Amino acid sequence: MDEITARLAQLELPFDAFGVDPWGVSRRHLGVFYRSLEPFYRTYFRVRVEGIGNVPLRGRAMLVGNHSGGYAIDGAMTIASAFFEPAIPRVAQGMADRFISRLPFASTWAARCGQLPGLPEHAERLLREDRLLMVFPEGVRGTAKLYPERYSLVEFGTGFMRLALQTGTPIIPFGFLGGGAAIPSVVNSAWLGRMLGVPYVPLTPYGLPLPLPVQLELHYGEPMTFEGDGDEEDAVIRGHVEQVKARIASIIEARRHERWAVG
Amino acid sequence: MRVLVLGISGAVARRVALRLWRDGHQVEGVDARGWPGAPPGIPVHRLDLVKRATEDLFRTRRPEVVIHQASVASQTASGEQRHRLNLGGTQAVFEHCVAHGVKHCLFVGRHTFYGAAPNAPLFHRESEPPKELSRNADLVDLVAADLYAGTQLWRFPELVTTVLRVCYTLGPSGRGTLGSFLRGPRVPTVLGHDPLFQFLHEDDATEAIVRTVEKRPRGVFNVAGPQPVPLSILIRRAGRHTLPLPAAMLGRLQGRLGLPALPPGAANHLMYPIVVDGAAFVRETGFQHAYDEVMTLEDFRRSQPLIARGSAWLPSWR
Repeated sequence: MDEITARLAQLELPFDAFGVDPWGVSRRHLGVFYRSLEPFYRTYFRVRVEGIGNVPLRGRAMLVGNHSGGYAIDGAMTIASAFFEPAIPRVAQGMADRFISRLPFASTWAARCGQLPGLPEHAERLLREDRLLMVFPEGVRGTAKLYPERYSLVEFGTGFMRLALQTGTPIIPFGFLGGGAAIPSVVNSAWLGRMLGVPYVPLTPYGLPLPLPVQLELHYGEPMTFEGDGDEEDAVIRGHVEQVKARIASIIEARRHERWAVG
Repeated sequence: MRVLVLGISGAVARRVALRLWRDGHQVEGVDARGWPGAPPGIPVHRLDLVKRATEDLFRTRRPEVVIHQASVASQTASGEQRHRLNLGGTQAVFEHCVAHGVKHCLFVGRHTFYGAAPNAPLFHRESEPPKELSRNADLVDLVAADLYAGTQLWRFPELVTTVLRVCYTLGPSGRGTLGSFLRGPRVPTVLGHDPLFQFLHEDDATEAIVRTVEKRPRGVFNVAGPQPVPLSILIRRAGRHTLPLPAAMLGRLQGRLGLPALPPGAANHLMYPIVVDGAAFVRETGFQHAYDEVMTLEDFRRSQPLIARGSAWLPSWR
C-alpha cells in the first residue's frame, strides 16, 4: 500500500459504503486528485511547509491566507499540504469560484474533491460539521495580482470573520510565497477569459501562463480566535480582519527577504 | 380515524392507504386511474378532483384527515388540462376541507420544488424560494400548488395543514419519477455532470406520511432520506448503464432508442443537484429512515431486473 492509499484510508470523513460523503466528496476521486498533485507538490514546486502543527488534526478550523499566483496553484498546494503533512490527513475544502459550477467536468471534479461553490450556507454547514475550510479573503482580486505586486495584499473580504465568530472557529493564518514568481503575470486578458468562460486569463512574458518550477513556501501561523457572535458592527469585524491580514503580511514580510532574489 | 387519500393509485399512496387501513383507520381513496386489486376494505372512487362528485365524498364521508397526493405529469396531460387538475385540484381540495370540517390536510409535494440550478446551496431549507421555474412545466404546477397549500396555514388556522416536500422515492414498485427514469438498460446522463440525487425507499416515504398523520405537525417540511448519491453511482448500483450525452444531444434522443422520455427542462435536473435538509421534519415527528441508500438501491435492483442480458443490443421481434 503506497502512502496516498494509506492516507486516504486515514481520512476521517463520513464516507458511506460507496465511498462518498453526504456532500458528494468521493474517496476515489480524492485519490486521483492527490496522486496528480503529488509530483507538483514534491518535485516540481518542492513546496516547503512550516508550522503544520498549527493545523488542528480534528475539529473545525479555517485556513486563511493570501493568494499567490494567477490561478489556483496556491489553493491546490495548500490542499496538498493538509493531506500530505499532518499526522492525520485532512481534506481542506475551499470555496470554489462560482463560475466553476457551470463548467462540465470541472464542476464534477471540484465537487467530488470537496471544493464546493462559494456560498455562505456551504461554509457554515461545513464548519458545523467540524471540517477544515480554506479561505482566500482577497477573492479573485487576489489572483489577479501582477508580478510586481506579488508580495502585497489586496483588500480582504469580511464574510469569513463573521462566519468564524458565528461558529466559534479558530482561524489559522497562512502566508503563501512563490506563486507570483511561478506564474509571473504581466497582464490579465479579460477577452481570452470570456472566450474560455472564466473571469480572465493571466499572460506571462513567455505567453501562456504555464508555471515555472519555482520553489513555493507555505507558512502556517498560530491559530487566532476572536470573541463575539458574528453580529457585531462592521467596524468591529473590520478591525478583527485587519489583525488577520497583518499577521499574514508579517509572515510574508519575514520570509520574502530570505528567498532567492528572483523569487 | 376517517382518512381520504387523493391520488391513491400512486406507488407510495397505495402503501400509505394499506398501512393506515391495517392500523384500523377507515380509508377511502380517489383516483381517476382507479386501483385494480385494492383490498375490499378500501373503497376507491374513480373521480376527477375538480368534479362535484368529489365534493360529495367530503360531504357524505366527513373525513378527518385528507392526504392529497394527486397530480398529473406533462407526459400524460398537456397545458390547460394539467394546470386545471394540479392547481385547480389543490384549490378544490382545500376548499372542501374547510367547508366540510376536515381537521388535518396533508399536501404531499416534491423536493424538486427548489429547482436545480448552478450555485444553489446544497441542502435546501424550507424557507428558501424555488428557482429555475421557467424551464420546467411540471415544476411550475408543482410549485404553484405547494405555495398555494402553504397559504392555507394562515388563511385557515383551524385546519391543520402540512406541506411535505418529499425527495424521490425508489423501491420494489419501480414506479415514480426516479423509478421510471431508471427503467431501461441505459440511462442518459449529461456529459461532464454528475449531480447528487436524493432518494428515499418507498416504505420510508410511507412511514413519513403515516407519521405526519399521527403527529399532525403544522407547517412546511422537507422529507429527506439517507445521504444523497452521485447519479452515476445510483445508475450503476441500480444495475443499469450510464449513457453520457452532451446536453444538446440529450434533448433530441430522449424518448427514442429505448431512452426514457423526459419532461421539458429536465436536463437541469441531470446537471445540478437538488438536495434537501430534512432536520425540521425529524425534530417534529421523530422520523428516521429504515433503509439507507445502499439497501434502497439493492431493493430496487432485485425487484426491477432488466428483462434479459443483451436484449438492449438485439432488435426485439415482438
